[in-house]
Amino acid sequence: MTPVDSHGLISIRRSTHSPVITMVGAAVLVGLLSAAPWIVSQSLASILMNFFILVIMATMWNLLAGYAGMVSIGQQAFVGLGAYATLYLAIKGMNPFVTIPLAAAACGIIALPITYLLFRLRGGYFSIATWVIADTAMLIIGTIALLGGGTGHLVPGLSNLSPTALTDAEYLATWIVALLVVAGTYFLLRSRVGLVLASLRDNEVAARSAGVRVTSARRMVFVIAAAGCGAAGAVLAISQPFVQPGNEFNLQWSAEMLFVSMIGGLGTIEGPILGSIVFFVLQQSLQQQGAWYLIIFGALAMAVAIWQPRGLWGAFRDRFHMELMPVGHWVRETKRPK
Amino acid sequence: MIWVNVLIQGILIGGFYALFACGLSLMFGVMKVINLAHGDIAVVAGYVAVFLAPQLHIPEVWSFIIVVPIFAVAGYLIQRTLIQKSIDRDPFTTLLVTFGFSVVIENLLLEIYTANGQSVNIGALIGDSIHVSNVIYISYISLAVLVTAVVVLAALQLFLSKSGTGRLIRAVADDREAAQLSGANYRHIFGIAAAIAFATVALAGIAYGMMTEFAPTSGGVNLLFAFESVVIGGIGSLWGTLIGGVLLGIAQQVGAHINPEYQVLAGNLLFLVILGVRPHGLFGKKTAFS
Amino acid sequence: MCAAADPSINSNGALIEVSGLSVYHGQLCAVDDVSFKVERGEVLAMIGANGAGKSTLLRTIAGLHQATSGSIVFNDQDVSKMAPHRRVTLGISLVPEGRRLFTSMTLEENLLVGAHYANKGPFNIAKIYELFDWMHDRRRQRVGQFSGGEQQAVAIGRALVTNPQLLLLDELSLGLAPIIIERIYALIPEIIAQGVSVLLVEQDVTQALNFANRVHCLLEGRTSLVGTPAELSSEEIERAYFGSHLSGYSQSSHGGAG
Repeated sequence: MTPVDSHGLISIRRSTHSPVITMVGAAVLVGLLSAAPWIVSQSLASILMNFFILVIMATMWNLLAGYAGMVSIGQQAFVGLGAYATLYLAIKGMNPFVTIPLAAAACGIIALPITYLLFRLRGGYFSIATWVIADTAMLIIGTIALLGGGTGHLVPGLSNLSPTALTDAEYLATWIVALLVVAGTYFLLRSRVGLVLASLRDNEVAARSAGVRVTSARRMVFVIAAAGCGAAGAVLAISQPFVQPGNEFNLQWSAEMLFVSMIGGLGTIEGPILGSIVFFVLQQSLQQQGAWYLIIFGALAMAVAIWQPRGLWGAFRDRFHMELMPVGHWVRETKRPK
Repeated sequence: MIWVNVLIQGILIGGFYALFACGLSLMFGVMKVINLAHGDIAVVAGYVAVFLAPQLHIPEVWSFIIVVPIFAVAGYLIQRTLIQKSIDRDPFTTLLVTFGFSVVIENLLLEIYTANGQSVNIGALIGDSIHVSNVIYISYISLAVLVTAVVVLAALQLFLSKSGTGRLIRAVADDREAAQLSGANYRHIFGIAAAIAFATVALAGIAYGMMTEFAPTSGGVNLLFAFESVVIGGIGSLWGTLIGGVLLGIAQQVGAHINPEYQVLAGNLLFLVILGVRPHGLFGKKTAFS
Repeated sequence: MCAAADPSINSNGALIEVSGLSVYHGQLCAVDDVSFKVERGEVLAMIGANGAGKSTLLRTIAGLHQATSGSIVFNDQDVSKMAPHRRVTLGISLVPEGRRLFTSMTLEENLLVGAHYANKGPFNIAKIYELFDWMHDRRRQRVGQFSGGEQQAVAIGRALVTNPQLLLLDELSLGLAPIIIERIYALIPEIIAQGVSVLLVEQDVTQALNFANRVHCLLEGRTSLVGTPAELSSEEIERAYFGSHLSGYSQSSHGGAG
């Protein structure tokens, strides 16, 4: 974008190609996806909606693991809490769609004290502890009779819309949340926090000794990821709309987030989106074969982790030196001006 | 009197948790790897016992004689391939890979054996128990599992402290590079440690199938309990794990006595409280956390 | 004299011959095209300033780093691609920088680990207890509580019980008091007498010159000087050690290089 260096020997830019092309492309894509309920079939719109939910979750998981090095297998805690926050507020008479930001905020607030416990553990012990948290949240919710206990509860307040209007509204809500989450992550990573996370990923010891506030950056990321997963849970609750502890707090949510981010490419914004596309293609083509899509996807994720840890997008980017949503900087040599 | 029974049942189940957890502890101590598929491997052992033993005309009660060695070999091979490949990358990768492995195993079992519950047939033994009083009873199988757990932990402790191979395992755990400089192939030693871990968790899986029904998804919940035992007892201490398992068992029994819905919740809360007030566990070494 | 003599080995050849060895840490070249030999029964000292590549060189010979190019021929066998533990059974043993003991274990257990895969030869645990007379009484104590000098002695003992033909010593003097350093270096003639050859790395040039048959100086990864202690002047060594552009700097703590 802006060649800086006073000697004109190098230029630093965000992107390797013209940002104009990306901007135009993005605008067209956003326009098309916003109009999707009116231009594609209802079944495709419903697949797209599930796709957006997965993109939200995977983007949040990628922020945790790919940027802050935290492997959480308990993100279903916040998916579930988000869903139940929406259910609770809807039972109390609020419009379910209005509850989405409140559910996200509630999850962020709950996540903050949890970090003080979780951050006492590292690596694998951190991972299993996140799962204990999710399990505990599920069990506590399951004891609350108002929310349907272990058997579940229907989200009220959705029947005053016509079925078509309801699906359109659900689609738009999911799409907007996905857009906000991806865009928010993009700007977060371009901010100071992104810089802290990058230095943390490159060398934690050096980052610490340089006075980088590692723990608070981690804490912030954990809270944001919880809020994002809470929003995903909220739209999930509205789209289902029957909410049940065993379903909303299912470990499978974390499995899907992990596989999708891993295969698409950890530590890139595009990766989880690409991974979600691969996931849905695989799931749709194998939907007659029961759990085989998960088996194949899991095996694929393991192979990627071992042999291609930068994922599909990473491999693509390494080969073509191209990014759609650049959060780093490219430094390259330029000719000395005469 | 009823509380005495709660205490006894807690101790009995705690022995099982310790048996389940010791392999997890060993692999973390030696390779610094948390095997997130640990619980699923136990479940696979249960299925192998139920479906393979009858074909070999072995009573299911004795199935461990064949299943445990098979799992020791499998553990060695999986360590030398899948897990070693991940370790060679970084600790982060081992988590991703073992979690992937866990999901793959669970869903494969689901596809092959359906979600139906299975159990290891031990004949009349299942119902038998020692009646101490009207409210206190000790089931033979639970007692056998507790005794097995104590024997396995003692044997493991003895093996690690006294045998040459045990010494090499400790050496590799202390300083992998220095062990290499003494002529030890650390990958091979890792394999041996994994073989032991897989053997113990196979035993735990069969024991679980003898005590209760299991299904493809049983692995996860048992991994949680094993992990909670390790952290409560203190990472890096085998006997601490037994105490941790017993405390977890007691907490769960107390919870269940108040309300069956609170059984697991009470255990989780004990874990979270210990994590809050004594993050190194009751008998843990500080170093395991840095 | 050579205790581990093997009739199949061509006794005319050097024990170890390193040719054109280069080692990279990522982009950084730590060892750059270094060649040398260690003859049987010889003590060769590698000297050089901090970061000259001495430790990397030793670790590469032991197999802990992979060479980017060049070869390491030990007893006429190219070992440059071999895993570190295999090199131990061939007769190469490294006493690593910083001792690297198994700190959760007792003294005796440390030696037992070394003896587990040992070659045949003059050294065993009893022999080590003879060499260091204080060890027997303290064999059941954990080495974590030992002083630096004691730990260094255990590290040497642990390496010796593998019965090496070539003993690699990395910065023995690091962090030790002069009196302790002298005591440890006094053992080298005894070790040589058992048929072991020694390649040692030192920043403390005085010690190196006292015990070495030949000296090899590294500067920024490259060979800067080769010779016997007798034929090298202290000025030559200073220049090779610090580089000529820094010769004015020679009155530092390393100034006693003669």
